Amino acid sequence: MNGTASANEDTRCAVSSARHIHANPLHAVVHHRSLPGRHVHRMTDAPVVEFCGVEKRYAGSAVAAVAEVSFAVQRGEFFSLLGPSGCGKTTMLRLLAGFETPDRGSIRILGEDVTARRPYERPLAMVFQQYALFPHLDVRRNVAFGLEQRRLPAAEIDARVAKALELVRLDPAQFGTRKPAQLSGGQRQRVALARALVLEPPMLLLDEPLGALDLQLRKAMQTELKALNRQLGITFVYVTHDQEEALAMSDRIAVMNGGRLVQLGAPAEIYESPRTAFVAAFIGETNLLDGTVGELRGALREVHDAQYRIWCVPDRPFLREGAGVRVAVRPEWLDLCRPDAVPPGENALHGTVRDVIYLGETLHVVVDVGAAEPMRVALRNEGVLQNPFAWRIGDAAAVAWRPEDAEVLEG
Amino acid sequence: MTRMPRGLAWYAAVVLAALHLPVLVLALFSFNASRFAGRWTGFTTAWYSALWAREDLWAGLRLSLVVGVCSTAIAVVLGTLAALALGRARFRGRQTTEALLYLPLVTPEIVVGIATLLLFAAIGLELGVLTIVLAHAAFSLPFVITVVGARLAGMDRTLEEAALSLGADELTTFRRVTLPLLAPGIVAGALLAFTLSFDDVVITVFTSGIGTGTLPLVVYAMVRRTVEPTVNAISTLIVLVTTVLIVLADRASRERSL
Amino acid sequence: MSARRRLLRWFAARAPARAWALLTPTLLFLLVLYFVPVGLMGVYSVLERGTYGGVVWRVTGAAYAQFLDPLYLRILGRSIAMAAASTVISLLIGFPLAWAIARSGRWRRLLLFLVVLPFWTSFLVRTSALLFLLREDGPINAALLALGLIEAPLALLYTPGAVLLGLTYGYLPFAVLPIYASLEKLDPALLEAAEILGARPWARLRRVVVPLAMPGVVAGALLVFIPALGAFLTPDLMGGAKDLMIGNLVHNQFTSARNWPFGSAASTILTGLTLAGVLLYLRQREARDA
Repeated sequence: MNGTASANEDTRCAVSSARHIHANPLHAVVHHRSLPGRHVHRMTDAPVVEFCGVEKRYAGSAVAAVAEVSFAVQRGEFFSLLGPSGCGKTTMLRLLAGFETPDRGSIRILGEDVTARRPYERPLAMVFQQYALFPHLDVRRNVAFGLEQRRLPAAEIDARVAKALELVRLDPAQFGTRKPAQLSGGQRQRVALARALVLEPPMLLLDEPLGALDLQLRKAMQTELKALNRQLGITFVYVTHDQEEALAMSDRIAVMNGGRLVQLGAPAEIYESPRTAFVAAFIGETNLLDGTVGELRGALREVHDAQYRIWCVPDRPFLREGAGVRVAVRPEWLDLCRPDAVPPGENALHGTVRDVIYLGETLHVVVDVGAAEPMRVALRNEGVLQNPFAWRIGDAAAVAWRPEDAEVLEG
Repeated sequence: MTRMPRGLAWYAAVVLAALHLPVLVLALFSFNASRFAGRWTGFTTAWYSALWAREDLWAGLRLSLVVGVCSTAIAVVLGTLAALALGRARFRGRQTTEALLYLPLVTPEIVVGIATLLLFAAIGLELGVLTIVLAHAAFSLPFVITVVGARLAGMDRTLEEAALSLGADELTTFRRVTLPLLAPGIVAGALLAFTLSFDDVVITVFTSGIGTGTLPLVVYAMVRRTVEPTVNAISTLIVLVTTVLIVLADRASRERSL
Repeated sequence: MSARRRLLRWFAARAPARAWALLTPTLLFLLVLYFVPVGLMGVYSVLERGTYGGVVWRVTGAAYAQFLDPLYLRILGRSIAMAAASTVISLLIGFPLAWAIARSGRWRRLLLFLVVLPFWTSFLVRTSALLFLLREDGPINAALLALGLIEAPLALLYTPGAVLLGLTYGYLPFAVLPIYASLEKLDPALLEAAEILGARPWARLRRVVVPLAMPGVVAGALLVFIPALGAFLTPDLMGGAKDLMIGNLVHNQFTSARNWPFGSAASTILTGLTLAGVLLYLRQREARDA
């Protein structure tokens, strides 16, 4: 009733369990698909994009915008570049598109080295952040632009334009002759999409295309974009700073910070096994705990914190006794119990409830356990009105978690 | 901020009226039947009809038009190229170059006039239509650069990137995207350059030879002489034409906001 | 790959090459038609005067020495004073007008148009219109006579006052527009904040509006001072023999007096003064932006 840990292990793996704060329906599908096994059949195709040791430094800047990045994107994948502002993700997209040239390294598309090629010589299409629709052309001519470049016969152009508009659910008859200024934000977004898709490119680049839309529209477009990716089989390379969006839509996410690729993996990997404190903190919320490595106890390592408390983590090869270690635990993996009711086998830190934040679906309980930062515990809201057992400020509590639910960070 | 104290509104009205009053009075008296400015004796368009017979005015007008069109053409082409360079390319020395291009703007007209005269004299180029055209083009350049540059700055750069990503190379992008969107600015710049050329007196005085006179020069000579009612008539017409051109330029530069 | 593609790729990688390719025609044109002439003028100012006009290629400081004559120094002084006076008056008249336009709401477009129009209308026509008004036999005198307010026509023209009036009238729009541009950017919330903090209308004007409009005021001052300093038409049409300004002096040297070196020297001095004004403005603007 107070969100205590259920003894049942299954809830951990269940997709719609109480542990997930974000009850995004798409999550269910993506989570499923991003389990490692699912990718096997795709890995055998040659990658669509390869970045090898790419570096880009802007003139007069001591810090590289992109520093020694290498990765590959698979065919048909929904691949996201995620990171805070200034992390280099937009630069990466621009390097891929050809608007910037790398100072070092090479870029290959479909096996060919395109590093020296101009954007119009690369087999890709792009959707821009502000849509970049040509204001002097109507919708039909905007969408037809790339086709006209290829000098296709007029009849074919008309047919393909109509099909592309229908694909993004804009009626050609109604919208074809309108100018961009006469369209709403969402409609412009669709036209920008149609203009790119009409070229039937092997790859589509999207630069934070949903940023300017309001929440409802954004969620709807996320679903549509994901559906288009699956339906058309086109590889999507998607840049965003919204980690929720990235988790919801991607097959794999490349997390970037300070120009470097910090972690690359499926959403579940990124979320549940973050490699560094940055990834742990940037994606979702986390609690960070510092301590010194102690002795081995079976498969677990003891860790002593500054307050001489001991908790355990799964052993890792790189853990050396006496060295410092940092651990991340997601708020939803934590249990909150009465001080005397800690389940056996779980780590526990005792403290006092400092705040209870009511978020509707969940409750975030902030507990001061005497560490550097208070810990946040996410509990499913089982009703606080007229609930005599609801947590209140000042209550003594124990924050508990199973050792394997904490992630030992490498950086 | 739309609350305006009554006093301020009246002040603005008075000042604006004073600003336009002389020209309006001039226009009014251009219909005065009397030769003398002091008295109103009746309404007439005789002075306007008299203009018709003035061969010197016609010659001046023809010359002004020719000079205007030619110098505008040169100024627009060179000015647009320069505006593109300043607005689209990053290069060292850009600020210095920009300052150099704007220098003619801050140089007094009289200085530009005699300096140009000295050049033509030194190279032995006879003063005539060509010299006037060249001088006018030179001093209109910074204006064109400013107007086109402003339009270019207001243009969304990603539009050109979008065109590149859709398969159009740089030249095609310029032709299909940049130029159409720049057009209103170029038209506005052209109208401005033409107006400047059409109205210029000081520089033209020094760069036109004997016998050749643009319309303003002819009018200038007329004004310096005695009272001639036809002066009022031609002056009024000039103001009228200029007003129309300015309205057009304003319309053109506001069209299709980006 | 076609030659076109190769060329485009070459240019694409080099921003400076692109810029210079586009700039060269224009720079060359201005070099020949502006920089060389002005340089030539500077050179001529230190050469000897030719008998029938033109120059003799012998270096001498005679032209500048000639300028030290009190007659010419007076002209220089008068020009600076005239330009300064018309600048100050234009700013005083223009500031409230700009302020009014900035607060005019739906009339703004019309009012702006009414200010911009004289800006572009022929300076000659506007000056001759003023001339027409002020003549001894002009409408103003006629009206005053008819009303019995005066007995003989007033000599309104060919006086320093007339030149000052002509300069101010001619360049007022040049002062108004930059000030308006500055005032337009003024956030009304700032005035409301000042009001809440206890400032009354005059205090708000003095402590918020004027300081924030300063960039525009300075720009406007420059846009009036420079053309006024080098004015030619206005003193020529509206001034008497004793109201000559540098512009007229220069004109004389190249027409009746045929003293090219002296004219060039006067012109060079005028240019120097103008450049000094511009540099002061830029220096001050830089200091403010820093």
